Amino acid sequence: MKQWVAFWNILLKDMRAYYLKPPNISWGLIFPIAWTGMFFMKSGKGFESIPSLLPGVIAISVLFGTTSMLAVTITFEKRNQSFKRLLLAPISLNLLMLAKTSGAIVFGSANALVPVAMALFLADIASVSWPTLLAGIILIAIVSTFLGLFIAVSVSEVFEAQTFSNFFRFPMIFLCGLFIPVDALPLVLRPLSYILPLTYGVDILRSAVTGTNIMSLRLDFLMIILFCVILFCISLRNVNQKWIA
Amino acid sequence: MNTTDTIHSIHKQDSLVEVSNLTKKFDDLTAVKEISFFLKRGEIFGFLGPNGAGKTTTINMLIGLSRPDSGTIHIAGRDCINNPKAAQHLIGVVPDESSLYPELSGFDNLCFCGSLYGMRKNERRDRADALLKTFGLKQAGNRKFGGYSKGMKRKLTIAAGIIHNPQILFLDEPTTGTDVAGARKIRGLISDLHRAGTTIFLTTHYIEEAERLCERVAFIVKGRIVQTDTVKNLLQPLQGRHMMLFSVSNAKDNLPEKLSEHFSDYQFQSLSPERIRIESNGPISLGPLVRFMEEQNTEVMEARRLGPSLEDVFVDVTGIEADILRKEAEKKGGGI
Repeated sequence: MKQWVAFWNILLKDMRAYYLKPPNISWGLIFPIAWTGMFFMKSGKGFESIPSLLPGVIAISVLFGTTSMLAVTITFEKRNQSFKRLLLAPISLNLLMLAKTSGAIVFGSANALVPVAMALFLADIASVSWPTLLAGIILIAIVSTFLGLFIAVSVSEVFEAQTFSNFFRFPMIFLCGLFIPVDALPLVLRPLSYILPLTYGVDILRSAVTGTNIMSLRLDFLMIILFCVILFCISLRNVNQKWIA
Repeated sequence: MNTTDTIHSIHKQDSLVEVSNLTKKFDDLTAVKEISFFLKRGEIFGFLGPNGAGKTTTINMLIGLSRPDSGTIHIAGRDCINNPKAAQHLIGVVPDESSLYPELSGFDNLCFCGSLYGMRKNERRDRADALLKTFGLKQAGNRKFGGYSKGMKRKLTIAAGIIHNPQILFLDEPTTGTDVAGARKIRGLISDLHRAGTTIFLTTHYIEEAERLCERVAFIVKGRIVQTDTVKNLLQPLQGRHMMLFSVSNAKDNLPEKLSEHFSDYQFQSLSPERIRIESNGPISLGPLVRFMEEQNTEVMEARRLGPSLEDVFVDVTGIEADILRKEAEKKGGGI
């Protein structure tokens, strides 16, 4: 029970200290609005193109929201030594890292609500499978957060975390089927798509919104959960080896 | 059974921390080499040494932030090598840097630190209030930690270290970075904690501070403990020695050598161009010394008798001038 008191308060502290700060709230609103507006105008097909764009815009909003925040909440605290205080607390490392990442998962999932709300107002999305969409959003938030965690514990400076994040984030925009379907990519690039977790998350969202998924939902869920486990375990191992050396 | 084992078996009954043959290497550098010591319940134990001696590495191993390459650590009977988390609820840590959250208020920082140890909301709020009062920070409790002065930060960091009433408190350079009044206040607080029954492990550059606060001390140099004993026992051999400190001006570089030639019963040591320390096994006659120095065109500004101090023991045992430690501390921004 004491461990859960610590878990809850780490989450609350991060929410207050980082996620609910005005710059981050505005980032969480403006960024998805900008992406949604940009792709909507670029498509030039009117309101009926919104459902086909929605999975990509949701995924990109969640991906950038989560990975950007982890660089601050983990790398910054490591840099100014306050992360040591958490490592000294009598809670397991697993629970500590889950507490540190829960805020980003909530923040990333909330980022997804902006394009969904816009789509609700602007287009007919009555056929959306909401449970599948919600599961897809949460899983993308988790896997993106754990990717951010993996990056954050691999570097020592905030700017390094941001740079390293971009190394993953920008290729994923093009390779994971966000706006260009995976089966429309050159054959040589397709294997890369299947080793990136976002491909499976976007496929879940496509299944929920337009029913145009290219893999079975079962495979999508299995693969994205597998990526979550792998990324979290590698991050824990890195913390153990590098920060408690 | 080796010496270390014997010492440990004698003190095992009342020891709260037992460290045996602890070694830590960083690549080719052996930061800590086979050190052994124990902390008795309720004592203040000082860990003294220059920068790079292995003090912080030792603390990090004791608190679970670093893994030893070999050796054992037992805290309250718990094996902290195989399970570093086993005793973390019993220990409080005040690191050498004030590493709280700048964007939270002093009060919120304390409450958050309490929550990390599973303290309930009302419990941690009451305790945070009480600690702010004790540390003279009540007025600043709602201000952000980032806006605190160095001394206030140090005090709040100590308060955060004891929010959960730990049995053992690890204090790493507690007065470094504070002014004279702040350092005095912190020493008072450490004494209060000691009186309340907290066992304290203290690292410091200031030998005078260790002498004032600690019951036992260990000297660590280049990763090895060269001496561990009570302050009283360490000072014992110096009781018969007579010491004086001369403050002089216009002294030539070779004055200590000339003094040594002329007064062969005394030992002279130049601490700086303006300070000469004189030691003798018998009483020191002031008149002939002053006259000789005046003949050498050296003006004697002050002559002061010195009592035996831990600093003398440290210099004798380690061969390191205490001034080196003081300068290191000053570099870190401290004052005693």
